[in-house]
Amino acid sequence: MNSIQDRRQEYRSLFKQNVAKRLLVDKAVRIIVFSCVIIAIIPLGSILVEVFKNGLTAISIEFLTETPGSAGSGEGGIGPAIQGTLIIIGLSSMIGVPIGVMSGVFLSEYGDNALARFVRFFNDVFMEFPSIILGIFAFLIIVLVLGHFSVWAGAFALSLIMFPIVARTTEESLKMVPMTYREAGTALGLKKWVITFRIVFSAAKSGMVTGILLSVSRIGGETAPLIMTILGSSQFFSSMDTPMDALPLRIWRLSLLPYDSAQLQGWGAALVLIMIILGINLGVKYYFMNKKNGFSGQLIKQRRNVTK
Amino acid sequence: MTTLTTESTSMEASPFASPEPSSTIDTKYKMIAENVTVSYGGIDAVKNVTMKFKEKSVTALIGPSGCGKTTFLRCLNRMHDMTKNAKVTGKVMIDDIDLYSNEIDPIYHRRKVGMVFQKPNPFPTMSIYDNVTAGLRLNGVRDKKILDEIVEDSLKMAYLWDEVKNDLKKSAIELSGGQQQRLCIARALAIQPEVLLMDEPASALDPIATQKIEETIIELKNDYTIIIVTHNMQQAIRVSDYTGFMYLGDLIEFRETKKLFTDPKDELTAKYVQGHFG
Repeated sequence: MNSIQDRRQEYRSLFKQNVAKRLLVDKAVRIIVFSCVIIAIIPLGSILVEVFKNGLTAISIEFLTETPGSAGSGEGGIGPAIQGTLIIIGLSSMIGVPIGVMSGVFLSEYGDNALARFVRFFNDVFMEFPSIILGIFAFLIIVLVLGHFSVWAGAFALSLIMFPIVARTTEESLKMVPMTYREAGTALGLKKWVITFRIVFSAAKSGMVTGILLSVSRIGGETAPLIMTILGSSQFFSSMDTPMDALPLRIWRLSLLPYDSAQLQGWGAALVLIMIILGINLGVKYYFMNKKNGFSGQLIKQRRNVTK
Repeated sequence: MTTLTTESTSMEASPFASPEPSSTIDTKYKMIAENVTVSYGGIDAVKNVTMKFKEKSVTALIGPSGCGKTTFLRCLNRMHDMTKNAKVTGKVMIDDIDLYSNEIDPIYHRRKVGMVFQKPNPFPTMSIYDNVTAGLRLNGVRDKKILDEIVEDSLKMAYLWDEVKNDLKKSAIELSGGQQQRLCIARALAIQPEVLLMDEPASALDPIATQKIEETIIELKNDYTIIIVTHNMQQAIRVSDYTGFMYLGDLIEFRETKKLFTDPKDELTAKYVQGHFG
């Protein structure tokens, strides 16, 4: 039987032998991680390059502001589609974001019961629903009942896509806020809703904003539910009860046409859609990051102070 | 009936009983915990503890890790309401109100009891000013003049005013750890509590910050009833008037600090204060 001292010596020698191998594994992991990133970026980058290359030539003032011309003429623009996309994103967010945020609050702050577990599960399933099914649902309960295509039906369908995403990300961001802040609030004699909305929210803000932006980007590109609800149009928005155009619909229609000029316009519309989504993302992020009371803004500031 | 009367008369006449009533007249108990038991999922963390806290005194709770001192402290303002599986039985009286009675609003009465936590936890998205006034603003106090006054008073009481008076709008998390903890003390004081609970307030701090916090505690004693949980026996000796020693959920001994440390009655207490375990 070896003495404990001998065994310790043996263990120590084991470590030494492993050093070279460990360094090698470390290096290999780094290379694998790095190459996966490259592989992921290649398609993304090439899509962007392709869209910019083809789309930029299509873009002009007329293209951005005018109604579509006759098919294949290469004239006219995508004005109604841009307007429609902004309207539908705005309306869907007005319905989807508050409901999603409140559901997230329920799941995170009051979610320690069977109902919440059921809602959470259902929410996760809902998030993966094919969007065309939600479109058909909106078609059945709004379009068929009213007897005509309508903007409301589109906003309803898209908000159904939005709110599970917002609910989930809100729940996750609120749960990330340490309990100690809630305890501090409780010890100050604050009511639970005050703690949630005034203290926990402000700490969770950046995560929640990211989730909302994610859902906005998602609905901005949805096509299938819109075919069933707002149909598409070549005119500017006239009323909530008539068909309306939107960029994904316009891109889809243009890409189906056999004319080069139409396909070029399709590329242009795709570029505009990407720029709108990018613009919303950067704008909102910048606004919240720059606000003095943003949590992540503060963390960045703190890090800067440390490095100073 | 007759036997009872005779008994009480004999009690009054007894030489042992006479000093007791006179001493209770002199001192008022701010807070009384009676037969408090806390269990987490059926396991008792605090067992049938009864303690009386005199007004304008500092009481220290000492004991090895896991002895239930923090758990007991958190009963005193119903912090366990937030913890799943925690069950509290017994009575906690503040003045003449039972905190655990169904008839009272715990939120209202919690305002009488301020709390400072082990780790500094200023609200990260708020400025120093907003942190101190959080308990007031979020409870509906809007008067800027009153808020300004309270901020100055509270920060002065917490010995932080001189260090931050020129940048009250600065974010709270830009302060050092010790400053953050004093900010948390100021925040707790701003709601004008009558009792201050402190859960190892200096355990995460360096000796200089610790000294400042201790000075604050001694100063605050003039106005507040303070109950402090500490790991550090020297700290208990330095700041407290009374000390309770807890072990495995039981309150082993509770006396004046000087007596507990110099002449412990219980063998376990003696071993602990002499540093044989813990």
